[in-house]
Amino acid sequence: MNIVAFSGALELGFLYGLVALGVYLSFRVLDFPDLTVDGSFPLGAAVGAALIIKGIPPLIATGLAAGAGAIAGLCTATLNVKFKILNLLASILTMIALYSINLRIMGRPNLPLLNQPTVFQPINNFMQSWPEPIPTFGNTILLATIALITKLILDWFLQSEIGLAMRATGANPAMARSQGISTSAMVMLGMAIANGLAAFAGALFAQLNGGADVGMGIGTIIFGLAAVIGGETLFSRLSIVQATIGAIVGSILYRIVIAIALQADVLGIQSQDLNLVTAVLVTIALVLPNKLRIKH
Amino acid sequence: MISLNGIQITFNPRTALEKTALNNVSLTIPEGQFVTVIGSNGAGKSTLLNVLSGEIRSDFGTVKIGDLDVTPWNTARRAKLVARVFQNPLMGSCADLTIEENLALAAKRGMPRMMKSALNKSFRSYCQTQLASLGLGLETRLGDRMGLLSGGQRQAVSLLMCTLASNQILLLDEHTAALDPKTAEYVMKLTDRMVRDRKLTTLMVTHSMKQALVWGDRTIMLHEGQIIFDLSGEARSKLTVSDLLQQFEQLQGNQVSDDALLLG
Repeated sequence: MNIVAFSGALELGFLYGLVALGVYLSFRVLDFPDLTVDGSFPLGAAVGAALIIKGIPPLIATGLAAGAGAIAGLCTATLNVKFKILNLLASILTMIALYSINLRIMGRPNLPLLNQPTVFQPINNFMQSWPEPIPTFGNTILLATIALITKLILDWFLQSEIGLAMRATGANPAMARSQGISTSAMVMLGMAIANGLAAFAGALFAQLNGGADVGMGIGTIIFGLAAVIGGETLFSRLSIVQATIGAIVGSILYRIVIAIALQADVLGIQSQDLNLVTAVLVTIALVLPNKLRIKH
Repeated sequence: MISLNGIQITFNPRTALEKTALNNVSLTIPEGQFVTVIGSNGAGKSTLLNVLSGEIRSDFGTVKIGDLDVTPWNTARRAKLVARVFQNPLMGSCADLTIEENLALAAKRGMPRMMKSALNKSFRSYCQTQLASLGLGLETRLGDRMGLLSGGQRQAVSLLMCTLASNQILLLDEHTAALDPKTAEYVMKLTDRMVRDRKLTTLMVTHSMKQALVWGDRTIMLHEGQIIFDLSGEARSKLTVSDLLQQFEQLQGNQVSDDALLLG
């Protein structure tokens, strides 16, 4: 793997690490299988790109994109807790609706960000004169910083009083209610954060890849899940701190494995096989730990 | 004080599975009284506790705790008045959270939760003294996952969790049924100590007639959604387990055809 491909894999690894942190929150902490992220990731990209084209500063556009994702998460949570729609189905409904909404926001199936300012510009300009290979990793450094700060905030949040209440909501709802925790409010909050993170990542992705595309969300949930499960296999007993770092490391490993698989012509894998490879990898990650545990 | 007035609960109304769980039940428990509840399966014991905790809303009737009419309140809102220990030791705490995290959750029962760290040094030392009072050596295991504890240990911690925040009533749902006899005895003694120390108005559902008579101040028996038997004071202290068993057999054999016979 050459250095450009490697830095590309790291960039995507940290970026989808943000999605993985969100998926960890919904899937693991709240026990809510949430497919909304397949819609909220491109939603973030669409909102971010559309606002930047309108002349909004990239930083503010990215923040607003995250907010849009949080609202999408609230929609799914509302369908589930207020209208008692099965969690998985509620998230699929929002995801489907977001497809149309994203097309409306963009006005067309894709929205290129050509010669537009991005959040990555300042750091790239700053590092331009530095010796190689540092400039190649400019985006990686920014994304790594964002992912790690987000991880630290999430760690702290999950050990706060509200965070504990959220973990109890996912782990034992009846106990949570008997402790005076409004489980509905916790699901709403958690889903807003999870999808806010996904949309935040989507907005960054659009700026990194030069545009938003209505189809870019397909498989987001699986990338996130692959990272979370991959991370879990790294640690035997998970504390919050280990689980969140596991999600990010899992996301990076996943991207590196994909990059190697795509480059190592031996298997004849091409980029259109990406989702098939992902499905196989996630299946292996799900099955393997159980198989190993039985043997012990 | 607890007062239930004309509580009526029907499960699956207007279907073939219709079942009246509680039929016009009225019950007043003065402050600080420890009431044991017995009855056969399906008599409405758990439903009675669920109506008090808010898990089940009554179709008719009112629920009052102290001076407050809590009938429309949900479980979470009632939590500042009601503490509960479940039958299943796994139900009362979160297995994946540590002991201290579970205690931190319970210490905030019914209170607003903030965006501040749930654990700190002073809370940890408070946890240690509280856990030490259980006499199970758990004070050195604050950071252990709850799931590593035995059923008896978890139930003891669940009881402790009920005492960390203020509450007016304590609901015990066959909380020793899943434990071995020795542990059950330990948990029962612990329960009694906590109830007496904190003068809690307590409702304890039990399958054990001995337990029902030995502990508490008053015993009620439920049958088919009605209170058919309510004893306290001298009449209760004279009652033996075999008397109770006889009552039970009568109920099982020839359905209650004559209330006077049972109550007389």
